[in-house]
Amino acid sequence: MSSLLTLGVTASTALPPFSLNLLEDAQAMLWYDFMRNAFLAGTAVALAAGFIGYFMLVRQLAFAGDALSHLTFAGALGAVIIDLNPLVGVFGLTSLVAVAIGALGDRARARDEVVGVALAWTLGLGVLFSSIYTATGSAASSAFGVKILFGSILGIPASQAQIAAVMGAGVILVIVLIARPLLFATLDPEVAAARGVPVRLLGVGFVLLLAIAVGEAAQVVGALLIFALLMMPAAIALRLTSRPYVGMALAALLALIITWAGLTLTFYTSYPASFLISALAVVSYLVVVATQRMGRFLAQRRVR
Amino acid sequence: MAMVSDQAAWHPLAALQVMFSYAFMRNALLAGTIVALVAGVIGYFMALRRESFAGHTLANIGFAGAAGAALVGVSPIVGLIAFGLLGAAGVGALGERSLRGRRRADIAIGAILTLALALGVLFERLSSAKAASVYAILFGSALGVSEADLREIALTAVITLLGVMLIARPLLFATLDPEVAAARGVPVRLLSYVYLALLALAVAQAIQVVGALLIFALLVAPAAAAQRLTARPGLGLALSVAIALLVTWLGLTVAYFTPYPVGFFITSFAFAAYLLARLAQIIARRILVHGTTDPGSAHGQPMAEMIREARS
Repeated sequence: MSSLLTLGVTASTALPPFSLNLLEDAQAMLWYDFMRNAFLAGTAVALAAGFIGYFMLVRQLAFAGDALSHLTFAGALGAVIIDLNPLVGVFGLTSLVAVAIGALGDRARARDEVVGVALAWTLGLGVLFSSIYTATGSAASSAFGVKILFGSILGIPASQAQIAAVMGAGVILVIVLIARPLLFATLDPEVAAARGVPVRLLGVGFVLLLAIAVGEAAQVVGALLIFALLMMPAAIALRLTSRPYVGMALAALLALIITWAGLTLTFYTSYPASFLISALAVVSYLVVVATQRMGRFLAQRRVR
Repeated sequence: MAMVSDQAAWHPLAALQVMFSYAFMRNALLAGTIVALVAGVIGYFMALRRESFAGHTLANIGFAGAAGAALVGVSPIVGLIAFGLLGAAGVGALGERSLRGRRRADIAIGAILTLALALGVLFERLSSAKAASVYAILFGSALGVSEADLREIALTAVITLLGVMLIARPLLFATLDPEVAAARGVPVRLLSYVYLALLALAVAQAIQVVGALLIFALLVAPAAAAQRLTARPGLGLALSVAIALLVTWLGLTVAYFTPYPVGFFITSFAFAAYLLARLAQIIARRILVHGTTDPGSAHGQPMAEMIREARS
């Protein structure tokens, strides 16, 4: 297990050791450019993911979110092949599929089908693009593909971190603005429609917003990590409270804590950041589930 | 692989004969046939039960399974099956698939998916595997199937199909109307575990041939197309298998004559089949607005109604 120490992105020998003086630790960690960038981008992505993820779960769009995060792979590779910025491909493809999901899959059963089929085909497109990309030169192509899938939060340049921060702020702003009608349309679509809330438009708009959040985040943290941050904090929040606004805020807060903790751990242990953050997210969820089931079990015994 | 591409236009039959003379193409077609057969059957139930997300998750778990097996030093198929079955058990246990539990099931599947992907990343790091080997797991290598692989695939396929045949009737009942089925003493919960385990097996055996990402296409698209064409379970099952087989054969053949990957063609043909089925459904509705000559569409409404009721 000692070989673990040598595995990370940066050689851990060059980094300061962890001490009990937490303030000094934080200062030492943030002294590094790559850590500052990672924290900036991570914060923006986590907050946006927390807010969006809450609605994603309430609207039962988990599978759609998963599919959109996989699409970024085909989108980025496709754009690179025709000499475009990968961002164009990512947003182009995810928005297209988001509109298709929103428009064709308004009923839950149809949505399962539409999302599944769209996901399957775009994965095939990803295979095609990656084979063309490999054929056109560049030996590092499969590494590029893996980087898209698994992200590299510790290797992003400052400019990309700033773009991520701005886009994250934009997504949060929009979701806060439409939170009220969206919540209404989600919880009671029929009454909302009768009161003149544009239910269908909100539905498509939300999937589009989800696509933008996923596309932006996948560039920074990888398709895997964004799904963990969308899913798990919101799942915990839904278990802890049934009040929607409290739940939204809690999901964002949890996503933020998990991301910061994961980044700090990755700095001191040099395990991959995407592994640490998603593992932390899942473990927190499982702990909450286990605690609740234990509590229910004990309460039942007391009643008897 | 455009080794005979110029002949193809002039002597199609001769070109096909040449294709069949290659052992790797014969193996690929045989393996593809087995995988498509199983995927068509299991996928039909997956579509009926609206468990595409679970199927996709089990396919992604294969990545962690294969990477883990490489780390420990056992055959990938062992890791694939072990992780697949564990994942199926986890989805079942966390999901508490009750009648109102759609969201909870989604979250359970998402949790398992996240965990599996995280472990996959970790294993891949630890085993110092190259990015290329991750690609092999994700995208498969249908053209590199050996005789030994074929035997493994055939064995798991027989087990999976036998399992499905044994539980097909009660599973269909439990899927379409869980409440009534439970009231009549059908073990709904147990069936859902067994079904998930079979799905995991089907995915594990297929990953080596078409890859983790593309088995999903064969599971989801032919079944979705079949459901659009008929509401009768027996006919739908047969259609789903037929489309899966056709799509796989076409994909392998076209890939043989062009320089592009098999996976792209198989998924594209599967997607085309789904679009055609949707189109056919629209046309059939237009023509048969008043008539009830088509037994499929006559049964279609009540069945869709049943499923919707079972869901809500």
